[in-house]
Amino acid sequence: MAYTLTVNGKQASVDAPADMPLLWALRDILNLKGTKYGCGVGACGACTVHIDGKPTRSCQTRVSAAAGRTITTIEGLSADGTHPVQVAWQEIDVPQCGYCQAGQIMSAVALLNQKPRPTDEDIDNAMNGNICRCATYIRIREAIHKAAGTTTTNTQAGAARGEE
Amino acid sequence: MTKNLSRRSFLQISALAGGGLMIATAVDGASLGEMDALLAQAGGDFTPNAFIKITPDNLVTIIAKNPEIGQGVKTSLPMLIAEELGVEWTNVRIVQGDLDTVKYGPQNAGGSTSTPTNWEPLRRAGAAGRQMLMAAAAQTWNVPASELTTAAGRVRHTASNRSLSYGELATKAATLPAPDLRTVALKDPKDYTILGKPTHGVDVKAMTMGKPIFSIDFTLPGMLFAVFEKCPVFGGKVESANLDLIKSQPGVKHAFIVEGGSDLTGLLGGVAIVADSWWQAESARRKLVVKWNEGPTAAQSSAGFAKRALELSTQTPAFTVGKDGDPDTALKSAAKVVEGAYSYPFISHAAIEPQNCAAQWHGGKLELWSPSQTPQRGRDMLKQLFNLRDEDITHHMLQAGGGFGRRLSNDYAIEVAHISKVIGGGPVKLLWTREDDMRHDFYRPGGFHFLKGGVDAAGKITAWRGHFVSYGPMNPPANAPNTFAQSANIPNTEFPSGFVPNFAIEATLMPLGVPTGALRAPRSNAVAWVYQSFIDELANAAGKDPLQFRLDLLATPRTKPAGDGFSAERMAAVLRAVGERSGWAAQQANRRTGQQANGQTAMGIACHYSHRGYFAEVAEITLSKDNALKVNKVWVAADVGRQIINPSMAINQCQGAVMDGLSELMTQEITIEGGRAVQSNFNQYQLLRMRQSPPVIDVQFVLSDNSPTGLGEPALPPILPAVCNAIFAANGQRIRSLPLSKHGYRWA
Repeated sequence: MAYTLTVNGKQASVDAPADMPLLWALRDILNLKGTKYGCGVGACGACTVHIDGKPTRSCQTRVSAAAGRTITTIEGLSADGTHPVQVAWQEIDVPQCGYCQAGQIMSAVALLNQKPRPTDEDIDNAMNGNICRCATYIRIREAIHKAAGTTTTNTQAGAARGEE
Repeated sequence: MTKNLSRRSFLQISALAGGGLMIATAVDGASLGEMDALLAQAGGDFTPNAFIKITPDNLVTIIAKNPEIGQGVKTSLPMLIAEELGVEWTNVRIVQGDLDTVKYGPQNAGGSTSTPTNWEPLRRAGAAGRQMLMAAAAQTWNVPASELTTAAGRVRHTASNRSLSYGELATKAATLPAPDLRTVALKDPKDYTILGKPTHGVDVKAMTMGKPIFSIDFTLPGMLFAVFEKCPVFGGKVESANLDLIKSQPGVKHAFIVEGGSDLTGLLGGVAIVADSWWQAESARRKLVVKWNEGPTAAQSSAGFAKRALELSTQTPAFTVGKDGDPDTALKSAAKVVEGAYSYPFISHAAIEPQNCAAQWHGGKLELWSPSQTPQRGRDMLKQLFNLRDEDITHHMLQAGGGFGRRLSNDYAIEVAHISKVIGGGPVKLLWTREDDMRHDFYRPGGFHFLKGGVDAAGKITAWRGHFVSYGPMNPPANAPNTFAQSANIPNTEFPSGFVPNFAIEATLMPLGVPTGALRAPRSNAVAWVYQSFIDELANAAGKDPLQFRLDLLATPRTKPAGDGFSAERMAAVLRAVGERSGWAAQQANRRTGQQANGQTAMGIACHYSHRGYFAEVAEITLSKDNALKVNKVWVAADVGRQIINPSMAINQCQGAVMDGLSELMTQEITIEGGRAVQSNFNQYQLLRMRQSPPVIDVQFVLSDNSPTGLGEPALPPILPAVCNAIFAANGQRIRSLPLSKHGYRWA
């Protein structure tokens, strides 16, 4: 069946079974590989995209349910990696393996759109659905604060990147 | 292409077709003093393992030869070359090499070996390049090379105020003789401009943009997608399956039974489904009904092993791993004797990117795109299975979404190579589901330690006797009945071996039908928890401060030389460092005088040596009355040699390893029931989340005059006993089995 999806500001027609998760439509039909498969049960957050601005697990969203709504993926944040959250991630040198980071960034952007000046607790709550298997959590928290222009209660954050 | 090969120096210089210089070097893991012997052994064959290209546009391109699994070598190894070459990091480009051991020598990621094996050779390769560029400038200007200096990719002659860029000199340098790697001048570390400076990962920007850089992202035109359902009992076979129904499902192109063998690391029995898209293959699989022949291990269970281990603990151990003195007699005369039965479960790697691999056959030749940590081992297995030669296999190394040891195995590569062959050789991508990944892992083996220790009236350990009930293969070799299952062994050097006069490790093995393998800090991740917890029990029995007790133990004259390069002095130094940094002494004094602000806040300490690294860690916890646990802060003191190559990633690795250990400690467990793994996804197998993670992990590198060693693994082991020792300090409960969640603990 053909569905019209609005992804990153563009309309695209995808021919997919109604029960195909949006994740696979994005990855395998629209060739947007930034959204990642991690668990398929909504437990890891690697597949997080925005649907109508809300962070959503694309592995738990049927393509039929996504039709007609506004979808943003990691590729849609900026053309050149300059979204403030992307820049913060780069400057803090967050990733280890990097696989979960697109999902982390999408959750972080959604948080900052809602709460431009989050506390550590706001961040922990908003990011709790995103697993980082390499456990870069200290830097994720710091990068979100950096993008927001707020400060973490972790006063040793700079030293934690080896900076003098 | 002209070649200027100095066999003696293990260095090859070539001119590039479009102008410029290519440097290749061929030393890996060996001290430079052994070069002549290596050369003789190799029959003079030149197998370089580092490639550096300098092109007229002044860019330096370095081939990254080792697999990148999140440990940061794609950045840190080129830093070694760039530093000694004397170029600006911004002008360096990194390209991932394919598997080509003829070209690059060994290509692996495992055992935290990348740093120690590449530290000398890669720096010397860079220095050789610098020396050649200086020689080219000396010729150009007709001045002695000794009057020249280099900085930021330029050679300068200060006396005449002339300078040329490396790009301008590269083509000329390619015509000059190669220097001897052993005699090239290396920089004084105080002049480093790249090493020791926090350097961002080379792929970080691509990662933040969602670029398709991972193995799972790789596709080819016309590619089909496969799923592979294996018997849930390891090594079981298909008796029958409803293939006709499966073949009629939308998009399905092929569905067939794979007979498979009995080697749990090789091709196993199952049903392959190949479709136009992965979702179609997976949808069809949900209708699959298979009648399995589950084989001889279908009755094995974690509960059964635990029961059997307890029975075995009362019997004479099957064999001795190591023994000094006479522990039994010493235990009889000890002032205090402590006994502890420790156990830990199987756990899964759970790398966030599930196993996947792509393959295509070109006639009798195989092309693979794989995230393996051991592409060479994979190639060897494929050669044997399909009767191929090295040159028949092209192996492209793709970036992996985490390894943790899981991708030391190549089962996914073998499966997809077989599937592609059966369907005629076309391009196929195999992707496992998370459930496949967790149910078909090479698990960190569980184990059981029955320990007895004695301290004398002065509080010194006089006796230690450990009966390790572990696992062996189902069919051990007839001439080696006491063969441990993979990563289920214990070395006879395990600390405090050598520091206790009467010390024995004995073992009994239970036959296991569950595949096991190395998981981040293999063996250490379990035995450090057991031994460092038990040392804490002995410290308590002796009435000693846990830190001082360890320092005293390390100061004990050794009963035998360390067989594994262990240095008591280096371990004592990191213990003292972590003690100072964490305020251990003041905290212990407050405990003794009851001046603690919060009675449920406590510290624990532990240390461990693995992968050539010395780590001591202190955890400060707050524990509620109903066992909600918060790890407030962790201090890590580490000795991994004289130079931290990239402090940014080094600290990231240590912090990640500590959290990984906390994750193992609290919740992780794979339960075996009916010969199969019970847990299959992250809702049953909980990984640490941000809210549960310690907000501060202080990492201190204690520099020592030793060659730098790796950081992927050794920061993990001490955190588990450090937290358990803190729990004991907080509430008096000694944790002797994992995970903590089984004892009613949870994250606050």
